[in-house]
Amino acid sequence: MRGRAHQYLGFGLVGLLLLVILTGFVWLPYDPLAIDLDNVLAPPSWAHWLGTDQFGRDVAARAMLGARISAFIALQTVALTVLAGLIVGLASGFLRGWTDRILMTFSDALLAFPGILLALSLIAVLGQSRHSIVIALSIAYLPSVVRVVRAAALSIREREYVEASRAAGDGPLYTVWRYVLPNALPPVLIIATSLFGWVVLSESALSFLGVGVPAPAPTWGNMLSSARPYMASASWLSIAPGLCIVATLLGINMLGDALRDRLDPRNAA
Amino acid sequence: MTDALLQVSGLRIEADQPGLAPLLEGLDFEVAAGERLAIVGESGSGKTMATRAIPGLLAAGVHRAAGSIRFEGEELTALEERDLRAIRGAGIGMVFQEPMTSLNPALTIGKQLAEGLKLHRRLDDAEIRRRCIDMLRRVQIADPERCLAAYPHEFSGGMRQRIMLASVLMLEPRLLIADEPTTALDTLSQREVLELMVALTREMGTALLLITHDLGLVAQYTDRVLVLEKGVLVEAGQTREVLAAPKHPYTAKLVGSLPRPGDGGATGGGGDVLLSIEQAVVEYRGKPGLFGAGAPKRVIDGVDIAVRSGEIVALVGASGSGKTTLGRAALGLKELAGGMVRFDGVDIAAMDRRQERDFRRAAQIVFQDPFSSLAPHLRIGEIVGAALRHVPGLTAAERAERVTRTLEEVGLAGYERRRPHQMSGGQRQRVAIARAIVSRPRLVVADEPVSALDLTIQKQVIELLQALQRERGFACLFVTHDLAVVEQVADRVVVLEKGRIVEEGATAAVFANPRHDYTRRLLAASPALAIAEGSAS
Amino acid sequence: MLTYIFKRLLLAIPTLFLVALAVFLLVRLIPGDPAQVMLGEGASPEAIASLRTELGLDEAVPVQFATWLGRSLGGDLGNSAITGEPVGALILSRFQLTAVVVLISVGLATLIAVTFGLLAAWRQNSRLDLAVLGMASFVLAVPSFWLGLVLLLVFGVMLQWLPVVGYVPFSEDALGAVLFLVLPIVTLTISETGVLTRMMRSSTIDVLRLDYVTHARAKGLSERTVLMRHVFPNAFAPTLTLVGLTLGRLFGGIAVIETVFTLPGLGRLMVDSVLARDYPVVQGCLLFTATLYVLVNLLVDILYPLFDPRVTVS
Repeated sequence: MRGRAHQYLGFGLVGLLLLVILTGFVWLPYDPLAIDLDNVLAPPSWAHWLGTDQFGRDVAARAMLGARISAFIALQTVALTVLAGLIVGLASGFLRGWTDRILMTFSDALLAFPGILLALSLIAVLGQSRHSIVIALSIAYLPSVVRVVRAAALSIREREYVEASRAAGDGPLYTVWRYVLPNALPPVLIIATSLFGWVVLSESALSFLGVGVPAPAPTWGNMLSSARPYMASASWLSIAPGLCIVATLLGINMLGDALRDRLDPRNAA
Repeated sequence: MTDALLQVSGLRIEADQPGLAPLLEGLDFEVAAGERLAIVGESGSGKTMATRAIPGLLAAGVHRAAGSIRFEGEELTALEERDLRAIRGAGIGMVFQEPMTSLNPALTIGKQLAEGLKLHRRLDDAEIRRRCIDMLRRVQIADPERCLAAYPHEFSGGMRQRIMLASVLMLEPRLLIADEPTTALDTLSQREVLELMVALTREMGTALLLITHDLGLVAQYTDRVLVLEKGVLVEAGQTREVLAAPKHPYTAKLVGSLPRPGDGGATGGGGDVLLSIEQAVVEYRGKPGLFGAGAPKRVIDGVDIAVRSGEIVALVGASGSGKTTLGRAALGLKELAGGMVRFDGVDIAAMDRRQERDFRRAAQIVFQDPFSSLAPHLRIGEIVGAALRHVPGLTAAERAERVTRTLEEVGLAGYERRRPHQMSGGQRQRVAIARAIVSRPRLVVADEPVSALDLTIQKQVIELLQALQRERGFACLFVTHDLAVVEQVADRVVVLEKGRIVEEGATAAVFANPRHDYTRRLLAASPALAIAEGSAS
Repeated sequence: MLTYIFKRLLLAIPTLFLVALAVFLLVRLIPGDPAQVMLGEGASPEAIASLRTELGLDEAVPVQFATWLGRSLGGDLGNSAITGEPVGALILSRFQLTAVVVLISVGLATLIAVTFGLLAAWRQNSRLDLAVLGMASFVLAVPSFWLGLVLLLVFGVMLQWLPVVGYVPFSEDALGAVLFLVLPIVTLTISETGVLTRMMRSSTIDVLRLDYVTHARAKGLSERTVLMRHVFPNAFAPTLTLVGLTLGRLFGGIAVIETVFTLPGLGRLMVDSVLARDYPVVQGCLLFTATLYVLVNLLVDILYPLFDPRVTVS
């Protein structure tokens, strides 16, 4: 049915993104940072496929480098958040009691700050850099991952195979490692995929607001941000980076849906 | 018989997906007015689908491919959706299996009861209310007025099923389709709900189509029976005749799977006391209220049980009696609030590391649910082998050898590399048994080990457990609500009600002469026993 | 019911306390003297000294927190380090605009999502369902700020139907204000329908599988009644929670949308003060939005039993 076409499109788009990033390591059409004041705001042409910006920099080259920067930030953030989320979520869901209550109160308080605002204020404190973005977004999204892991741990903990492990004389750490963790992974994998999409979106939003990745390094978000004043005279500047974001998110989301269809126990039966 | 109430002929049901075998093939049957007909079969036999097709309510994904369904002379399959709706509820009522999901949680009982009456009868609100209250009284709901304003979640499963019954019978349908109406209930409420259903339908002259997998219920409550196997009708006839002299091998197998008394208990079990539970108390912390935890709820209240080595002791009770909790507590999996459990004379709460390790190896458990008791990500060999992790002095090769041999013993030779989801419920339960016996335990707690299985599989698993017990001579604490199984396997029986022991003794003695009222009620509510006795006489 | 509401209220208190603590500590985390940080580089030593006394920086940190919390509860959030305006008034004036845009957009988005989600689930795998699902998935992948830019490009630059830059307050020119608000509202509405539609669809599918729906049909009720009485309330409950979360999130600022459409809303205030290192305003904005978030969700929790009476028990 629709599932198949969906999956292929998802794989295709993510594959394309990977291809663009990998190509960018060996070949870029121009130096993405080279200023060329003779060639300012040139419309798309054979020489510059996607045109040039207000400093004469090649948009295609910048978009390719932007893909790399965005993907790296997203990967680092996802890795950090998932690792921390697993530790906190498993502790909270498996130990329950006071540990759970304290961790959850903190998590709820953190959840009360809209993600992007929290990231914004953390960046205000940490200073504007790529590391700050990774840390800020990790903290902002941590509660979502913790919730998923905790819910999984709470439900797995009630399964009889966990009781069987206790009845066999296994210690609690071993039980978590051998039985709870592996069975909590499917939902974590699903949320990790979604998280990747959220982070790409948030990072581009932060960059669009002017508090993301600092200039002159290009990201899709700050490319859009600097395109805003030239909307009337150079509309191509607003189109290309936006399409890049849409394609990436579409691919990731479809991949996530496919994953959910495969891993969701409700569909397995 | 042209005056039959319902006439189904040549009914075929197929999956929407092309290329699959039909789910139900060439089904013919009739129901006369006021008759009580049972459709029996195990899961996958197509019995539910057959009945859902009657009022045109098949689930998404399957459709009626051929066949005619006539109700009171009218061809239902030719009706417009609109006209079919006029028959649903008013002509044909349905009661479903799951009392927990068959009432809408967001509407009061009153609104849900009134709905059908408003639709099919022209009555004013006062009259509707009067009839609702009257009907609730007839299904023995204590305070009908209050019930109307309450929401479904405020009632227990048995109560909800009665409310369902009220809401359906209030429209006085000519045919009531009841799909496993009591399977989700415990033995006591099961009997009450069925008795009510039969009494009310008899009073109203409503025909009853009872779908069930439980032959005991069939024997007790129906006139005629149809037996379905894998979508095909294999036998039909008067209930008494079919059960006494089944013609088709499948029916014979079903009848033969009914637990019968006197198959002989365990080896007799006259050894020393192995497990002794002394004045055990288990409490659940109350729901945390605004200011700290609420009052603790006592689920086990001062229970003493001794299990001798090699003996099978059955622990019986209705749901909520605390039997499962007590089984867990016997293995130290539930903390005691008072009293103690001794294994081989040693308090299990005060064991040192080594003693605890030996205890864990010597005392094992088989769980009820074969779908949740095996870790889905591991292979069968790993699952069974996990029980040997704490056995000292075993090499990896010896461990693998033990696993292989044990799997052979439970009839699963060569299954080491399979995963749980590739196996049937009965096979999974065999794995669970293998896991329990691989460490050569002296005590096995079996917690409702067969209640989630089909009847024919139940028989096989029980026989396996009995054979292994006889051969290896471990003691067994057998937790169950099914008295027929108890009579088949246990030497002694302990009856638990609300966390206290109300009766105990040798199985034969208790069954022949139950002293406590609760035991008598349990015995009376056990239909499988009735049929076993009936066919013996 | 009353105990349920009371319990929810009590549960919100520790969360709010932690929120306040986090906001307070955030500024203390910045290296250096908070007074110096708050007033910026060019501040005179006298100004710093007076702010130090005003903030009570010479006292112990818990005392400082207590003083600060007390003042904030009284509505005094301090003054902007740059313009000297009172932060509370600043926030309220900016919030009005944001609130109007958010309330209208989320309202519209909920209506659209509930209608299409319900219909799509009812006819699962039909063409309508595929179309709804496809649109929702697509909308999910489009960043709101880019959608805004594209709409602005089409309706502002190319068709010139709507203004591109600037804003007039409602009090000065009602029609003008409406013209400026059309695109932001349309953008936000479209962006928010994606998740809500998917949520409504999937929870409706879950509910449609349950026995009570078949039971309702078996009573002879029409599909319309089955959907409206039996499916909708149960399927809407999870969506309602999500609407609450969305409202709370968006009240905190639709910074990107406000940036695209150059609206002087709360989100833009926050971004500008971060860029200008105007910490009293940052602190005020954070405290305000987080509190609002907790309160909105509290309201949703209190409304929830209307759709699902079971929650009052557990």
